[in-house]
Amino acid sequence: MSDWRALDHRTVVVTAANAAGVAVAAGLPAGIGIGGGTSPVIALAIVVPVALAGIAAAAVADEVRWRKTRYRVTAERVELHTGILVRKRRSLSRERIRSVDLTAGLLLRVFGLVNVKIGTGEQAGAGEGSLALHPVTKAEADRLRRQLLERAPAGPVAGEPENGRLATLDLSWVRFAPMSFLTPTLGVAVFGAVLQVAEWFGLQQGVITWALDVLRDLPLLAAIGVLVGIGLVVGVVGSSALFVEMWWNYRLDREPGGTLRVRRGLLTTRSISLEERRLRGVEVVEPLGNRLVGAARVDAVATGLVKQKENERTDHKTLLPSAPKAEADRVAALVLAEPVSPTESVRLRAHPLAARGRRIRWALAAAAVPVLVLLVLGVTVSAVLLHVAWISAVVLAPVAVALAVEAYRNLGHGLTGGYLVARSGAVRRGTVALQRRGIIGWTAKQSIFQRRKGLLTLTATTAAGQGAYSIYDIGESDGLAFAETAVPDLFGPFLERADNA
Amino acid sequence: MPDTPETPSEQDVPLRLRPPNNQLDPRAVRWWRTGFLLLFGTPCVVLLALAQFLLPARLWLLVAAGAVALAGLPFVVLLPLWWYRVHRWEITGDAVYTRTGFFWQEWRVAPMSRIQTVDTQRGPLEQFFGLATVTVTTASAKGAVTIPGLDHELAADLVRQLTETTQATPGDAT
Repeated sequence: MSDWRALDHRTVVVTAANAAGVAVAAGLPAGIGIGGGTSPVIALAIVVPVALAGIAAAAVADEVRWRKTRYRVTAERVELHTGILVRKRRSLSRERIRSVDLTAGLLLRVFGLVNVKIGTGEQAGAGEGSLALHPVTKAEADRLRRQLLERAPAGPVAGEPENGRLATLDLSWVRFAPMSFLTPTLGVAVFGAVLQVAEWFGLQQGVITWALDVLRDLPLLAAIGVLVGIGLVVGVVGSSALFVEMWWNYRLDREPGGTLRVRRGLLTTRSISLEERRLRGVEVVEPLGNRLVGAARVDAVATGLVKQKENERTDHKTLLPSAPKAEADRVAALVLAEPVSPTESVRLRAHPLAARGRRIRWALAAAAVPVLVLLVLGVTVSAVLLHVAWISAVVLAPVAVALAVEAYRNLGHGLTGGYLVARSGAVRRGTVALQRRGIIGWTAKQSIFQRRKGLLTLTATTAAGQGAYSIYDIGESDGLAFAETAVPDLFGPFLERADNA
Repeated sequence: MPDTPETPSEQDVPLRLRPPNNQLDPRAVRWWRTGFLLLFGTPCVVLLALAQFLLPARLWLLVAAGAVALAGLPFVVLLPLWWYRVHRWEITGDAVYTRTGFFWQEWRVAPMSRIQTVDTQRGPLEQFFGLATVTVTTASAKGAVTIPGLDHELAADLVRQLTETTQATPGDAT
């Protein structure tokens, strides 16, 4: 068991295939570009050797990497030796390992391979606290996962939650997927993509003229309607497809040894393990679109779940995708091993009315910025913009006020059992339930405006999740009393009654 | 669970956070002031020097230099005094407690049992004034407590004291 192992040799084939894909994607437009200027034969003569050289280089580099990479699991540590020019010898103490995540893209899956990432719960920078094995066979990955995460229970634990399946995907949840900002974004992106592809083939002008010709026959409103319609359809299809890719075959399990495991993915499969000892709470997130249709998702608030890379997105902390609110509450309760989710059982207390005024003023100020810019432009450049200015003022002001009032209504804080619950946000309403014993410090922050209104922003710092969760614009005296009730003896010794100053 | 730990008669008097006991070293004012002086003075000097050589643009360079100097004046003269009044710190047997900021006043508390590392930093300016900054980090990515502008010997003592206290406290501080 303590002998050195190599990664799977087929990684070279996968890398070569990936490079071939890149070569085709980049070589095709390049070849057509060159061929347009000269002749197809010359284009082939240039593009094909370059592409082949690229593929060969990638394969050779990966072969060398494969030869130089060794890992082993000893009784105490996991060790990994890598590096071609600079040899790196890294090791993690096994008792500090908190997660073993498996990811397999389509190509890897064809070969039965999996990328493994072994992580500790440290808040270390990217790569510091984790070892990556790219790739090993599926069987080896499962063996590693079980070996590294399954440890004897830390002691006699009474009333342990039962193991087993906590949630599975209901395909009807796909209806919530288009209710996000992704839909309009994808809708706009598709027009850009069409023009980009057209440009590769030197057809951009032609496509634009053709589109204008088609639209010219329609009345203006109908033309706009057609464009928006196309964008919407693409956006809805795209965001639904993305949801299916991400969440196909989603399962949330509680495994022996106190581990939560999320498995999901249609083309790229992912397996994310989360040690329950790291869990400090959950956040029930309801973006505006989801809230309108009664949906919510559940995120874990756990230590050491930092976003590893920018492109990895944050969703490996998501325990449940957008699902009906009742399902979200049920899963939140199961994950926390509580009879009822704290986000549901808590009686949230509203914040002082002064907080509403602040929100309305912010919202109106934010809405005033584009209007003022348009006004200035209207006076200096073109009077048409003056009309755009007042129309946007009429549209933006009520939207701003509505969002501000909603933001105020969503403010709330409360205690239930061992949890502190805080809710805020209009566009993205988040209700976080944080274990009170997971709170490791308080920060109170007060701007000079808040001071005048007797408000402050109370922030609970924690080792988990974002590192800090804020209760915005709580009444000063109430807030401090609340902080002291929630976690005694942090702010307590430093509190005083205002009159004996 | 009771809403507040106080009796009803006390509840009429609002609660607030008392200022921490200790002020920073008075030299901190000079340290901040020098920092701002360098920040605003350097572009000012550059602009003035350019004004000596680029005669056609002289007027505008002088105006720009004046504007930078005017903008810098409150930072050099007033802000360090305000900061000195507001910045306070206190270390009890159980916690580190600080107050910072002026427009956004901030009170931070980190309990001893959750402290992970205690560091001092001394930039070149701080070394010149014999000052040091103590940073106390907890397991939270956002929970660090910073005390700037301490006498450097006092800072070293504090670090020693904090390290001893936190080592005596069991647990992994998360």
